[in-house]
Amino acid sequence: MTSLKKLLLGEQGLVVIFALAFLVVSLTVPNFLTERNMLGLLQSVVTIGIVACTMMFCLASRDFDLSVGSTVAFSGMVAVMASNATGSILLGLVAALICGGLVGTVNGVVIARFRINALITTLATMQIVRGLALIASDGRAVGINDPSFYQLALSRFLGIPTPIWVMALFFVAFGFLLNRTVFGKNTLAIGGNPEASRLAGVDVARMRIWIFALQGLVCAVAGVLLASRITSGQPNAATGLELSVISACVLGGVSLAGGRAAMTGVIVGVLIMGIAENVMNLLNIQAFYQYVVRGLILLMAVLLDNLRSSAAGRRA
Amino acid sequence: MQDFLEFRTISKGYPGVQALSNVSFSVRKGAVHGLMGENGAGKSTLIRVLSGDQSADTGEILIDGAQQHYRSVRDAFHAGVIVIHQELQLVPELTVAENLWLGRFPGKAGVIDRQQLTGVVSKKLAEIGIDVDPSVKVASLSIGERQMVEIAKAVMLDARVIALDEPTSSLSSRESEILFSLIDRLRANGTVILYVSHRLDEIFRLCDSLTVLRDGKLAAHHPDISKVTRDQIISEMVGREIANIWGWRERSLGQERLRVENISGAKLRHPISFSVRRGEILGFFGLIGAGRSEMARLVYGADARNGGTVSVDGVTITADSPPHSIRSGIVLCPEDRKFDGIVQGRSIEENMTISSRRHFSPFGIINPKKEGALADKFIAKLRVRTPSRRQDIINLSGGNQQKVILGRWLSEEGVKVLMIDEPTRGIDVGAKSEIYEILYELAADGMAIVVISSELPEVMGIADRIMVMCEGRIAADIPRAEFDERRILAAALPDVQNANTLSHAQVR
Repeated sequence: MTSLKKLLLGEQGLVVIFALAFLVVSLTVPNFLTERNMLGLLQSVVTIGIVACTMMFCLASRDFDLSVGSTVAFSGMVAVMASNATGSILLGLVAALICGGLVGTVNGVVIARFRINALITTLATMQIVRGLALIASDGRAVGINDPSFYQLALSRFLGIPTPIWVMALFFVAFGFLLNRTVFGKNTLAIGGNPEASRLAGVDVARMRIWIFALQGLVCAVAGVLLASRITSGQPNAATGLELSVISACVLGGVSLAGGRAAMTGVIVGVLIMGIAENVMNLLNIQAFYQYVVRGLILLMAVLLDNLRSSAAGRRA
Repeated sequence: MQDFLEFRTISKGYPGVQALSNVSFSVRKGAVHGLMGENGAGKSTLIRVLSGDQSADTGEILIDGAQQHYRSVRDAFHAGVIVIHQELQLVPELTVAENLWLGRFPGKAGVIDRQQLTGVVSKKLAEIGIDVDPSVKVASLSIGERQMVEIAKAVMLDARVIALDEPTSSLSSRESEILFSLIDRLRANGTVILYVSHRLDEIFRLCDSLTVLRDGKLAAHHPDISKVTRDQIISEMVGREIANIWGWRERSLGQERLRVENISGAKLRHPISFSVRRGEILGFFGLIGAGRSEMARLVYGADARNGGTVSVDGVTITADSPPHSIRSGIVLCPEDRKFDGIVQGRSIEENMTISSRRHFSPFGIINPKKEGALADKFIAKLRVRTPSRRQDIINLSGGNQQKVILGRWLSEEGVKVLMIDEPTRGIDVGAKSEIYEILYELAADGMAIVVISSELPEVMGIADRIMVMCEGRIAADIPRAEFDERRILAAALPDVQNANTLSHAQVR
């Protein structure tokens, strides 16, 4: 193998490719490498980035969650409606977290205890929860009464908007959770071989419920930030989010067969998605083409991953 | 009569094992030929080679004097060789007739000619005397009926050689009788039947001739079965030299450590009881399917129990799940390392500490220094050959993987009962004796050890006492002083006579 090939197909291959792509784009696309554009880029990936943290756990344990987009919209909706009704933003946040956590727990219990396929279960809850959001709002956007709700998304710390800080915090926390805790290692183990993990004393069913519950809670956080940014609860917000998030994770090298995941990979995956969109916007490429490009990027990443694992197989 | 099917110097090796070496024998036209041997004697490999599923390293197969060069199951079909495995190959949601035509439906332009579909099948079924309605779905048939359909399929394909692998293992005695009379009719038509079975009574009932395999070699070939006795066959199956690679030595046994009373579950319906003392290695022997692994999984809580109790050092363990068993000091190294043991894609370290890491993880946060030190300690202690603890476990040899699984439990500390299922399956000789040494050391430290094995020499070599299981029951309990290959094997072989009375009793 040549050294270039080795670099591209090695452990950090994706990071190398990302760095190269970033360099090329910075040099060729005007207005890309400006503070304003960078912050805008990061802000555009906040929802995907936050939800990808727990989606990574979900995929790493061989599960799947299609209901995240609906849960984000629903919990954002709940946050706005509850804070409007009670006059307290805090109560709104708590209500959103409870609802998000509840959706996740229901997913987890149905999947782990009743042994229903995760794809089917979350396909069902995705529609149920979207329906609940529409019913609660009668299909219309619900405006935020208290302007300080906007501050969640608008406020800045050290010049950087709060949502970006939240996303960064989540990246660090979930990276730690994955690599340094029993929870993270058990997640990877049950994804690698669920039956062996069960026989080794891991309570697989309980782990899966926790992972889904966590996913619901994190969706609620993303939902609140999104509602604050768009200044209303939108029942149709975040449609198709599940696919973007799963794409980002797969781009980042998370194996759909479970057992393999890395936070750095997921971060890179999220940024690649963001950069592709951002660059196409800067170059005034019509939005319709963006779908095609995003799909192509995903396909290429998966092909690369395939090459990488067969290269690893040959080495072994 | 002339030889119809002939095996000539067939050899086949897998990494680490010579499954068949220089096996030659032949079968006459219209004969039912028995194939016997212990687990691992090479019967399945021979059948696989015959079926075209695997090709022999050397040697050839002749059918009716013509050398066969087939390289796939499909080629074997065309040569008229059909193997019927224990797991039947029928599509449950299709009808009997559809299954029999599968892959070559009659009709034009993709439209199936239903008349021909069922017509030909009913004629064929009547011809060979199988009483099954061709228009019902296979899913609605009993196992015995499905087996008939499978044989009918072979007949439809004009099979000249039909191999049956343990066909009666899941049949009732009445179904078996129907199968036997079908085999008799096929014999009359001149079909060669290769009949693999552990059941001596069936072999004597059906077969004209018999071959016994042992350790991949031809142990005996009897062209006329009426000239052999049951005892003779058993000694041909076991008659090997026992080399002392086991290194067993006398240990002093302590008080009772594990006590299992009347344990039963979905796959092990008859209650089982036994006990193991401190420092004792109890061997469980039996043929495949005798219920040994099921017993161990029930004790460990891997499968749900219907009843029974497990106690350690006189304390009854109430809950039955792996985490509870581990906390009470009972652990299991599972039979199938690849599917139930190792976590592929993860490191040796993670595989080893998967259970024990909770001990050095306050609030669930792992201390990587302690984790690494613990992994290194057991890599050294168990002599796992690896460049680093971060190596993916899939890269290790079978013996080293088994050591990692052992390390998983030894790093727990406080293990009182170690159950190990097929401790050395697929492991080379050198690593085997290392694993035996580890077991002796653990026993000497007071652990109670249960070793489950399909290899009789292994159980006899390392156990202090042997429990023989047969068809889900304990058939014998033999102390080391009385170890005798024939006695153990005779206890392990099912007896059709007994099975008959039992299944009749159940019907009533």
